[in-house]
Amino acid sequence: MNGARVEFRGLRRTFGTTVALDGLDLTVEPGELIALLGPSGCGKTTALRCVAGFESPDAGAVLVDGKDITRVPANRRDAGMVFQSYSLFPNLNARDNVTFGLRVRKVPTAKRHARAAELLELVGLPSQGERYPHQLSGGQQQRVALARALALEPQVLLLDEPLSALDAKVRVTLREEIRRLQLSLGITTIFVTHDQEEALSIADHVAVLKDGRLEQSGPPAEIYDRPATPFVAEFVGTMNHLPGRVTGDEVEVAGQRLPVHGQRPDSPDVDVLVRPETVLVTPDPEGEAVVVTSSFRGASVRLRLRLAGGTEILADLPGHDAARLAPGEHARVRLVERPVLVAPRTAAVADAVPAAG
Amino acid sequence: MAALTPTVLPDVGAPAAPTGRPRRVRVWRGIVLVVAAVYFLVPLLASFVFTVNDPVQGFSLDAYGEIFSAEGFGQSLLLSLGLAAATIVTVLVLTLPAMLAVRLSAPRLRPVMEILCTLPLVVPPITFVAGISTVLRWGPDYLSTTPLYQTFIAVQNPAFPVVLVIADVVLALPFVYRALDAGLGAMDVRTLVEAARNCGASWPHVMFRVVIPNLKSGLASASFLTLALVLGEYTVARLLGFQPFSVWIVTISGANAALSVAVSIFSLLLTWLLLLVLSTAGTRQRSGS
Repeated sequence: MNGARVEFRGLRRTFGTTVALDGLDLTVEPGELIALLGPSGCGKTTALRCVAGFESPDAGAVLVDGKDITRVPANRRDAGMVFQSYSLFPNLNARDNVTFGLRVRKVPTAKRHARAAELLELVGLPSQGERYPHQLSGGQQQRVALARALALEPQVLLLDEPLSALDAKVRVTLREEIRRLQLSLGITTIFVTHDQEEALSIADHVAVLKDGRLEQSGPPAEIYDRPATPFVAEFVGTMNHLPGRVTGDEVEVAGQRLPVHGQRPDSPDVDVLVRPETVLVTPDPEGEAVVVTSSFRGASVRLRLRLAGGTEILADLPGHDAARLAPGEHARVRLVERPVLVAPRTAAVADAVPAAG
Repeated sequence: MAALTPTVLPDVGAPAAPTGRPRRVRVWRGIVLVVAAVYFLVPLLASFVFTVNDPVQGFSLDAYGEIFSAEGFGQSLLLSLGLAAATIVTVLVLTLPAMLAVRLSAPRLRPVMEILCTLPLVVPPITFVAGISTVLRWGPDYLSTTPLYQTFIAVQNPAFPVVLVIADVVLALPFVYRALDAGLGAMDVRTLVEAARNCGASWPHVMFRVVIPNLKSGLASASFLTLALVLGEYTVARLLGFQPFSVWIVTISGANAALSVAVSIFSLLLTWLLLLVLSTAGTRQRSGS
């Protein structure tokens, strides 16, 4: 199994008056796992379905290894897909589900069974071949679906939020296994998700979509640390919005001057976007900030503090550091010295807005 | 089995029985069952007693023996069964692909389809048959050599009146639509079809290996309902002058009262038997694949 290069070229698809894809351009390198990330309705699933052949774009093309497959019927495409909802055929057991595609291609029974055993072993269900879908747990069903998608040794693996129906613990294990499998097989994989943590943790590349367009594409660390637009900053991780004032190349925020990264709006009054983990909090009875709430998250603690001007700010601290920062305590707040992103001031500046996740 | 339940077992309280007050529920369940059983079984028993009670000999099964020797019995029964088979095949071949297509690619047409399929329920069979016979009688002389005219004659062949199949298909539409719609609603058709397409299956393959095996109970209940409807259909067949089983029963009843009631009981048992065969066949195949 070797990966193929997948290219989206100016992909456009509308449903009535809704524009699902509005000229999407994106290239997925061979053997890469790319995560299409975005809020619901951003077109990520439509893009994936265009590769699978379940949607035909109104304009633009999908290329696999340079070959235009836009008009190829779904059953003649070389892409295995795992669906969001449980998609195993209820009338077939796990083994027959896995080998469904081989049966379509009239592969002899003995060979089919050997292949099924191999694939079920690969997804960690070696002894479950005789079971029917209703006898398997959700996680097991998605593993079988993954084995089925890999059975025909496709050039591309398509994952349409395959983990969203599972409970948190299974989700994390299974996503790691998907990543391990994908790396060992070297198969080009497109992973659609609305969960930014999922995208950041397993993808080589994250493509953030908004309103059917590519907002930013890059390695997870780049997406997180240097979001190209306020939308990406907002969607990936949590972001504080602090009122600031731009002067020259710097912005004045919370009593500090920090260099500005990226675009600057016309008006000097801006929102400065700051990650909670770049907020440094030190207990200080003389400090002007007051801890409002503190929520324990195991390894870390998220504090909500009120600054002198009334602005609220979220800060993430290692769990043991926060022992002395109970609600009502005073503290000093500083921001880590690094370039910050600024956005035009929105109406709700007073609140730190925790974004998705 | 699903389709049998409403006719045979009015077991209303069973699935939703709350665990809090099991005793009272059980009592009520028993009462409902007894009432329903009385309602269904008393007429049946009365009919049976009527057929076996001979004023001269006392108990006799002669009426049942007469059924098989009565003139036209075999012929009309076979005709009815043939009509039922043809109707079931035709109505399924017509509706299933249409319903799938609507569900998969034109969900907005679903209400239209639903209304169209339900329409036969509101048209009384008498109106329906009046229309059919008017159309069939219409045949100006200058058309007598055309294929249209030939077709009109061919569909009215008394040995196998195709026109009855056509009429029965229309009459069965609402029931078949409901049964299949419930069946399709119970499975995630779109995902299953897409998963199969993704595995390289052609459309016929998707139909026969994925949709039909997972729609067994829906197809079975659609078939039961159609079978029962065709076996009992009287108005259209009678007014068009054909003699399937139902019409034959009425014809024979004029001559021999005991015989006609015996035939009714016989046809009831026959229908149940057919339904039972169909339903067990459906369930056995599913578990044994």
